[in-house]
Amino acid sequence: MFPYIIRRVMLMIFMLFVLSVVTFLLFNAVPTDPAMLTCGKTCTPQIVEANRIRLGLDQPLPFQYFEWIKGIFVGRTYGSGTQTFDCSAPCLGYSFKNGEEVTIMIKQALPVTMWLALGAFILWMSFGIGSGIYAANRKGKWQDRTIMAITLIGYSLPVFLIGLMMLIFVIVRAHLLPYPDYVSPFENPLQFLQTMILPWISLAILYAAYYTRLTRSQMLETMSEDFIRTARAKGLPEKRVIRKHAFRAGLTPIVTSAGMDLAGLLGGAVITEYVFSLPGLGRLAIDAVKDYDLPTITATTLVAATFIIIANIVVDVLYAAIDPRVRLS
Amino acid sequence: MSDVILSVKNLSVEFATEDGVVHAVDNVSYEVKRGQTLAIVGESGSGKSVSSLAVMGLVRSNNATVTGEVHFGGQELVGLDPEEVRKLRGLKMAMIFQDPLSALHPFYTIGEQLIEAVQVHEKVSDGDARARVKTMLDRVGIASAEQRMDEYPHQLSGGMRQRVMIAMALINSPELLIADEPTTALDVTVQAQILELLRDLQKEFGTAIVLITHDLGVVADMADDVMVMYGGQAVEQAPVRELFYQPQMPYTWGLLASIPQMHTSSLKLDPIPGTPPSLINLPVGCVFAPRCTHKDLVAGGLCLTTRPDLGAVSDTHASRCHLNEAQRIEIRRSRNIGKVD
Repeated sequence: MFPYIIRRVMLMIFMLFVLSVVTFLLFNAVPTDPAMLTCGKTCTPQIVEANRIRLGLDQPLPFQYFEWIKGIFVGRTYGSGTQTFDCSAPCLGYSFKNGEEVTIMIKQALPVTMWLALGAFILWMSFGIGSGIYAANRKGKWQDRTIMAITLIGYSLPVFLIGLMMLIFVIVRAHLLPYPDYVSPFENPLQFLQTMILPWISLAILYAAYYTRLTRSQMLETMSEDFIRTARAKGLPEKRVIRKHAFRAGLTPIVTSAGMDLAGLLGGAVITEYVFSLPGLGRLAIDAVKDYDLPTITATTLVAATFIIIANIVVDVLYAAIDPRVRLS
Repeated sequence: MSDVILSVKNLSVEFATEDGVVHAVDNVSYEVKRGQTLAIVGESGSGKSVSSLAVMGLVRSNNATVTGEVHFGGQELVGLDPEEVRKLRGLKMAMIFQDPLSALHPFYTIGEQLIEAVQVHEKVSDGDARARVKTMLDRVGIASAEQRMDEYPHQLSGGMRQRVMIAMALINSPELLIADEPTTALDVTVQAQILELLRDLQKEFGTAIVLITHDLGVVADMADDVMVMYGGQAVEQAPVRELFYQPQMPYTWGLLASIPQMHTSSLKLDPIPGTPPSLINLPVGCVFAPRCTHKDLVAGGLCLTTRPDLGAVSDTHASRCHLNEAQRIEIRRSRNIGKVD
C-alpha cells in the first residue's frame, strides 16, 4: 500500500510541473502584450515599458518561468532599485486590474467556493446514493420508474435555469429568504445558511440526478454477481447483502466520479456563483477573463487544475482502500 | 426423526418473460436421506440449478413463480415467510457454487467472509468466531489457516478457494449441502481432492448432499441416488448402480454413450445429436423425442404426440419413455450400454 502511494505522489508532482509549464506558456501565448494590459486609460509608451521591466516581462521566457515558480514557493520582488514591490510566498502574481496581489484575491474567493462545493457535495451524495440504491432494489416497479423520471428531468435542467427559477420564486416573489449576500459561516452562520441553501440545492439537483443513475446501474450490476448469491446463501439479511456486499462492490466508479466532480467544483462553480452573486473562484476566473487580467487567469487555472490533480491521487488511494486487488499491482 | 431430510414434490419453477413463460423446472419430485448424496445430472438449461436454487429460496426475481412442495427437516418451505427461509440458509442448508472466485466477495478477506457466516446465525464473539473459522479451515485442508484468513480470494488458488467455500458452507454444520457443479471450474487433479474432501466431511458431519453435475464420472464416484433432468423435467430416477447398469431412457443412454471409454476399440465418441429444447415452447410429446434416435420404434408416432409419464421400472427406479421393456433391452444390447444379461 505504501509504495503505491509514494508512486502516486511522485506522479502527481510531475503532473503539477507539466501543468505549471503549460499554464505559464498559455499566459504568454495570448495574442496581446501583457505589459500593455497593465496600464490604465492614461497610457503612454513610457509607462508600458517601465511596467514591462518592473514585472520582468523583458526577460527570456525560461527566466520568467523560474521567477514565477520561485514566487509561488519563496515569494518574489518586482522591480529594482527604489521602486520595488514585495510579493510574499505563495505569490501568484500581481493583478493590475484590481491593484491587488492575486494570492489575496484567491484567498478571499476560495472559501466561498469551498463551502458551496462541499455543501452541494454532501447533499447530492446522500440523495443520489440513497435514491439510487432504493431504485435498484425496486427495479421496474413504480418507485423505480418515478425516481428515474425525476432524475431525467433533474439531469436535463441546466443549473442557470434551476438557479434563476429558485431565485425568482423563493427570493424575489415569495420573499422566503433574503437576497443572497455571502458572509463567512464563522461571522454570521444564519446569513451564511440563508445565502447558501439555494445555491447548494440548485447545484445538487443536477449532480444528485447523475449519482442516482450511476448508483442504480452499479447496484443492478453487482446484485447479479455470484458473490451476492453466496451472501444470500449464507443467510444474510437482504439489507446487509445490499449494504455490505453489493454497495461496496459497486463503490469504485462512484468514488471516482465523486472525487472528480468535487474537484471540478472546487475550481469554481461558475454559473451558480454568478446566479447567486457568490464571490467565489469561478466568478473570479470569469471576471478575470472578461478583463484580460492575465495573472489572475493563470492563477485560477493553476488552482483549479491542482484540485483536479489532488483529487486524482485521493481517488487512487481510496481505490486501493476499497479494492485489495489494486494494492498489489 | 425421519430418515428423509429433504423431500421435494411436484416442484415447478416458471419465469414470465417477454417471449413467453419459461418452464425452467416442471413437476420435479425427489427425496434425499440424511447423510446420503443425490446427484442431479443434466446439460446446461435442464433446470438442475434452478430447482436447487428454488429449494434454497434463492429464486427471487420478480417474474418467477415457484409451486409445489419442499419439505425440509419437517418444515414446508414453499410459501413460508422468506425471513424464516433466510434463517435456515447457511445454518441448516448451505450451498456451494461452480466458480469459487466469483462466488467469494473480492473485497473482503477469507476470514471476514467466514466469520460473517458464523455470526449471522449465532451470537459469537469475534475471537470465538475466528477460532471456529480457523478450525474449519484446518479441517478442509487449508495450510497455515491463521495466515490465510487475512488474505483475499484473489491470493488463493482455485482449489483453495473451493475449500474456503466448502468451509463457509459447512461451518454451521448444516443438514443439507447443495453443491452446484463444485468441481467444474477446477483442474482435474484438484477435482478429485475436492470430491474426496466432500465425501470425508459428509461422513463426519452426516450431511445430506445434493450434487449438481453434468459429469457422470463424478456421479459414479459420489452419488447414492441419481436424477437425470432434461428440459426441466426428471426423465429418469434411480439408485446409482441401477442407473449405470440398467438405464431405461434414451437420454440417459446418450449420456452414458458419450463418456470416453478407455477399454473399447472405438475411438469415436457417440454424442447426442441436436440441441436441448427451448424451455418456452416445450415439445408436445416427450421432451427428448426431437433428439431421440429410437422414437420410430414406438408405434403411431406416440413419442411426438403424447408425453410419457415418469413410470416405475422398479420400486426405486422410474423413467419417462414409451419404449417397452423388450425394445429397451434390445437397444442397450446393440449399443452396448449398461449391463445386459
